[in-house]
Order: sequence, then C-alpha cells, then structure tokens
Amino acid sequence: MALKLPIYMDNAATTRTDPRVVEAMLPYFTEKFGNAASRNHVFGWDAEDGIEIAREQAASLIGASSKEVIWTSGSTESNNLAIKGAARMYAKSPEGTKNRGHIITCVIEHKAVLDPCKRLEREGFDITWITPAPDGIVTRQMIADAIRSDTILVSIMWVNNEIGTINEVPEIGKLCHEKGIIFHTDATQWVGKMPTDVERDCIDLMSWSSHKIYGPKGVGALFVRRRSPRVRLEALIDGGGHERGMRSGTLNVTGIVGFGKACELCKEGMDADRERLFSLKQKLERELSSRLEVVQVNGHADRRVPHICNISFGYVEGESLLMGIKDIACSSGSACTSASLEPSYVLKNLGIGDELAHSSLRLSIGRWTTEAEIDYAIQAIEKSVEHLRTLSPLWDLFKEGIDVSKIEWQAH
Amino acid sequence: MAYSEKVIDHYQHPRNVGSFGTSKDVAARRDIGVGIVGAPECGDVMQLQLRISEEGIIEEAKFKCFGCGSAIASSSLATEWIKGKSIEEALTIRNTQIVEELSLPPVKIHCSVLAEDSIRSAIADFQKKNGIVTATAETNAAAH
Repeated sequence: MALKLPIYMDNAATTRTDPRVVEAMLPYFTEKFGNAASRNHVFGWDAEDGIEIAREQAASLIGASSKEVIWTSGSTESNNLAIKGAARMYAKSPEGTKNRGHIITCVIEHKAVLDPCKRLEREGFDITWITPAPDGIVTRQMIADAIRSDTILVSIMWVNNEIGTINEVPEIGKLCHEKGIIFHTDATQWVGKMPTDVERDCIDLMSWSSHKIYGPKGVGALFVRRRSPRVRLEALIDGGGHERGMRSGTLNVTGIVGFGKACELCKEGMDADRERLFSLKQKLERELSSRLEVVQVNGHADRRVPHICNISFGYVEGESLLMGIKDIACSSGSACTSASLEPSYVLKNLGIGDELAHSSLRLSIGRWTTEAEIDYAIQAIEKSVEHLRTLSPLWDLFKEGIDVSKIEWQAH
Repeated sequence: MAYSEKVIDHYQHPRNVGSFGTSKDVAARRDIGVGIVGAPECGDVMQLQLRISEEGIIEEAKFKCFGCGSAIASSSLATEWIKGKSIEEALTIRNTQIVEELSLPPVKIHCSVLAEDSIRSAIADFQKKNGIVTATAETNAAAH
C-alpha cells in the first residue's frame, strides 16, 4: 500500500475520531436530538438513554460505577473541577484566610493542573511542588516525604504528556487512602490505552478526555468516588444542577455518545493496540538511536506508555528539524515552537539541560500508525538530522572534542 | 507556523555553509574574522567566518547555524549580502532589512538581530586580530 502523506504522529495532542464513533454519534444530531434533561417526552428520553449508555461504557473502561462518572468539556475542565472543587470543599478555613490546607502536586504536570494549583495558592492554600528525578517518575516515596498533617489533596498525573513516563499512581493512591487524603490523577494519556481500575488503583478523582482516545473533541469526564471515601466537590459552574450538581449545563449529547463509544472500542482493542504500538515505538527508538550519534530518549527507560516517544538529537534545533520533516506531523520541546519562546518546562524541570530541550522531538503514535509510516519517519528524521548537523556550529565543536556546555556563551 | 518561500529556500539550499577550518585553525589566521553569537540554551547559535583582504574587502563568508529555520535563513542571507562588500558597507546592514527580505514574523525578529550581531562580531574579531581600532564596530558589537 502506498504511503499517504502527511503522516500523523501527534496522537498525544489529539487523535482522529474513529469512524465507528462518528457513526454512533450521527443519530443524535438529527433524530435523537433532544435535551437529556427533558423528562416529559421521547426526544428527551432518547437523549438520556444515549447519555446513560455512554456513562456505562465510560465507567466500565475504568472499573467504576456509572454513577461515579461526571461529564465535562474535557480534561482541562475535569482537572479544574477536581482540584479547585476538592480544595474548596475540604478547606480547613474559610475564604479570605490563610493556611486553608496543603496540596501536593508536581512541576511537570500539565498546565491544566499547575494553573488551578497556582490559583489555589493565591486563595490561601499551601502547595508543595515536587520535582522528580531526571527519569521523570513521581514515586510514592516523594509523596510520602511531602505529606503533612494538613494535607488535603494530592494531584499527580498518571502519565506525563510530553515524555510518556508512568508515575507510581496505584502506590500513591494507596498511600493517600491510608492517610485519608483525597487523591486526584490526570489520566488523560493513560485511560483507554492502559488497563485502569479505580478500585484496585485507589483513585478518588480521575480526569480523562474523549479526543485523546479516538472520540470527538469538547468532551471529557471526571471520575468522582462515591464510596470509601465519598468525595464531594464544590461546583465551578452553577446552573440547572446537572451531573449531581457538580457540573451544570445542558449535556453535549452527541459528544458524550461518541465518547462512550470511544471508551468501549478502547476497552475491546486495548491489549492488541498496546502490543502493536509498543513494538512500533521500540522500532522507532531503536533505529534512531543506532543510526545517529548523540541521541537521547527522554524519560525513564522502561516506565513509559507505548504511544509517546520523546527524543533529543544533540546539536540540532527542534523547530528546524520539524521543518525538515514537514511530512510528519509531530511536536518539539523547542522554544521556537511555543509562543513564549521558552523551551519545554517539562524537559527543563527534569534537568536534562535547556539545550537538549531545544533539540527534542515528541512523536506520538496511535491506532492508525503503520509500520511503513514508522519506517518513513526513521528515514526522514535521520536524513534531516544529518543535514542540520552539517549546518551546526555546535556539531563541529563536538567533533573537535570541545565540550559545548563549558563554553561561555554570550547569551542574548 | 507558515514560513515564507524565501525562508524555505534558504533552509533547503543554504548559501555559503562551512568554515575555514577548526576553531583552532581560524583563531590563528589574521585574515579571518570569526563571530559566534547566541547560546545553545537559548536555542540558537550563529557562527560567521569572514575572509577579509588587506584592503578590507570581505572576499568570502561562511556560516554555520544551530537554530530554527528563520535563524538559518537569516544567517544564510547575511553571507550572501556581505560577500564582496567592504567592512564599512557590511556594517551598514541592519536586521530590519533581513526581516523585510525574509518576511519574518515578530516572534522571529531575534533571528535577524543575531545575524546582524554575527556580522559585527566577526568584523570586530578581524579588527582585533589586526590591531585596528574603530570605535563604531566595537561599541556596536558590545551594545547587544
């Protein structure tokens, strides 16, 4: 089969909606278009049925009861609701006071966790920001060392979205349960790809998103534990009292139906998908590391999800590399690819050096990635890195045996 | 981000890539001025080497660049522009001209500034090696 360009390798940013998901959604646009909150006619009942089937599908993917699934607009909203909602509900003292409670999170979380925590800091909560070791893993021990008598919430992502590292989430969950602390995890890059059981893994609050698992954009979910402990949240959006009062607003029926279907498909195909993606990723990393010099796979060697690969190519700047492989859609931690002109804060915080952050590429594969695409990517990246190294003054210095990091640069 | 055609052209076919030898070689040569500006941790480093005649004419210019496509294009363009010019003429090149020629967006203006700096820095190196003191080149190089 001929290779179709461009190739999509940015599945950690978003995924293509599965055509089976689209098919499941279609009737809810034009036939079953009712408001799920309309209780007195068949249009409303049909919509509500669709919502409740989706809730079962979502719950079943994560080992929860359907009553524990709250619909949101995506992981950003789920994270906001979980973190601000729990902190404000379990605050030790009222608004306007200090020392309202202690929260533990980590510096390489997604901005959708960091920013709510920063807001809570301004509202009188105390935050501990954990910096993991260069392998990127947040361990149970790091949390244990940070817990205080006034800790009310721990929020640690299951998988880091840039480097794909897997944190010790079940262990941290267990610790939090022992200590009676609410545990939230942003599981956006985990759920749907890896087996999840909120009971076994001791999760109290868990965010995930439809568009990362081959569902439509604009829909997400928050798992809110109902038993041992029963977790309560202060709502962020007030209105008609939808979603057990935790999230008002007419439900996005089509989106939710699609999200439910996407959850079902992920559950069915999970083992096969995982194996396939793992071997593709292994090939990508193995080939690039053996064909090119000064290549570093970022993050822990083994504790990483099968679909995210983050690699730094020494002495080559990331944006120029993206330009050289323009037929491959992927992303870079280079400053030049961000509006802020700052390199990836995740790579920076891991202490791998700003220089390697500028030189990084994130390739994230998915359900439709083929081996032929991987082969194409390997060749294109190899060619482009070699071309850019012929242009790189740093590469020359390296080849002359000069340690680039020891030079005093006139920073601009 | 969409690049202008000129940036893509310079990226794909960079002009005057290279150097006149290892860093040690060029340090010992009085006919060559070397400018290295930027820093790896900032994501761009430009190296410009100029071979300058006794009359002060830039006979050859070679560049190397670690940086984004716009940085590569800016330095490639700079080498094209200064080849055959006198030192005085080369020093009149402004980053704004590079911005205009390559249609660089505001976030990429620093690439053109680096290119201008590399010209000044390479000329200052040449003048220093040859004991030439000119107030303009020195002060401008230090200004950034």
